[in-house]
Amino acid sequence: MNPQSSEITPRHVFEGRRQALRRLLSGTGAISLGGLPSLGAAQVLAPTPKPGKLPPLPAKPSAVAGALAMDKLTAYKDASGYNNFYEFGTDKSDPAANAHTLKTTPWSVDIEGLVKKPGRWALEDLLALSPMEERIYRLRCVEGWSMVIPWVGYSVAELIKRVEPLGSAKYVEFVTLADPKTMPFVGSRTLDWPYAEGLRMDEAMHPMTLLAFGMYGEILPNQNGAPLRLVVPWKYGFKSAKSIVKIRFSERQPATAWNKAAPQEYGFYSNVNPEVDHPRWSQATERRLGEDGVFGKKRKTLMFNGYEAQVGQLYAGMDLKKFY
Amino acid sequence: MMQRALASRLAKPCVFLLALLPLGYWLTALFQDALGANPAEALLRGTGLWTLRMLCVLLLVSPLREATGWTLLARMRRMLGLFVFFYALVHFSAYVWLDQSGQWEDIALDIPKRPFILIGLLALLLLFPLALTSFNAAIRWMGAARWRSLHRAVYLVALLAILHFFWMRSGKRNFDEVAVYAAIIGVLLAWRVRRRFSR
Repeated sequence: MNPQSSEITPRHVFEGRRQALRRLLSGTGAISLGGLPSLGAAQVLAPTPKPGKLPPLPAKPSAVAGALAMDKLTAYKDASGYNNFYEFGTDKSDPAANAHTLKTTPWSVDIEGLVKKPGRWALEDLLALSPMEERIYRLRCVEGWSMVIPWVGYSVAELIKRVEPLGSAKYVEFVTLADPKTMPFVGSRTLDWPYAEGLRMDEAMHPMTLLAFGMYGEILPNQNGAPLRLVVPWKYGFKSAKSIVKIRFSERQPATAWNKAAPQEYGFYSNVNPEVDHPRWSQATERRLGEDGVFGKKRKTLMFNGYEAQVGQLYAGMDLKKFY
Repeated sequence: MMQRALASRLAKPCVFLLALLPLGYWLTALFQDALGANPAEALLRGTGLWTLRMLCVLLLVSPLREATGWTLLARMRRMLGLFVFFYALVHFSAYVWLDQSGQWEDIALDIPKRPFILIGLLALLLLFPLALTSFNAAIRWMGAARWRSLHRAVYLVALLAILHFFWMRSGKRNFDEVAVYAAIIGVLLAWRVRRRFSR
């Protein structure tokens, strides 16, 4: 295990997250940056115009099949201003207004359960674990709207391989931060906190399943799940857990937040599927924010959010109406 | 003082304009693209919320009149009632054209899926006879007693509106706001029940 680099970083560096990350990324911090490309390379490679709000997170366009959607990108102000992040409030505008209290440095992720190498990973080490890739994914919310977001990160599989799951590990659980001091709505009765999500091992190991640290070429805004989150583009958005603090490997299917809250409405799989309606509304269509106008018709939702070619085989032979 | 203001010829036009402010805000915001990332949803929810708020204001008139002695408040009741109807229609239009893109086949499929839509629709339908009999001649034709009992349907509308809101929010178990409006409407209706039995 590497030493906790946040412990040896000077206090003034880790007190300001933006400053710390800027130092980290430009290579002047106290830590080595094995896998990260230099800033110079990033300027050539990053295709997405940066909003200039947060420190840049350089990345190469992903080579993973299907990882660069051709759809028009959602405006940054919409992607960072219209969020579901119930720890910061239930209105879509609440997270952007309230999430500034979230403290993302120091940050670490505990790896637990059925793995050969359990332990605590500092954020700095996770950032350096594998080269950063830009991936343009469609994001379909269970509520019937969608966005297209250029994420920065790498396949969760890279981390999973590193911690060497045991043969008995069948599921991966992603547990997120629940800090009542910085998250004003932790403690509300909407959900059981902490918010936890889970994937089957083969879903988690799929190259499209992304551990994201940034979006639009910059580090993640707090309201989008800083400093690291899951992105599973063929599942409804709530499966993509934000601000992850623990990853646990288990033999049994983990309990997940929305499934616990309303099991008949939100299944464990929650794959985007226009043919399986939510019990209370149709999932056949969606409104692409910023593109389908106020008075425009909604567009048809695609099977597995348009990623059927990439992920369809994961569910071969499964009754998707039963395992919704 | 308040009675004098209410007696003024400007009182009704003032209330009229005040009641139009939400509509004015939506139209301005729509043109300035200031309704956020999902304007359709903002309008759908905003129109519903303002229908409910108008309903609360309407139901407040009688208790407030008794508590303060501002008897002339009664002159505002009909107009406020018509504004409830108006905002309910705007809300319904937002549902039909913004949420369902005007696809009537989709709406026919949507209603059994979302019973709260049916509840909202029922509340709107109940408002029709009230709006259609909101002129003086109707009171004469129907007789004051019958007219009054018909217009008590607004209490049922208020209960349906709360149920509609509660059911809509139950999807995410987000009941804080529902509780506030349920409490307001509960108090306003309880006042009427108490008054009836204390006579």
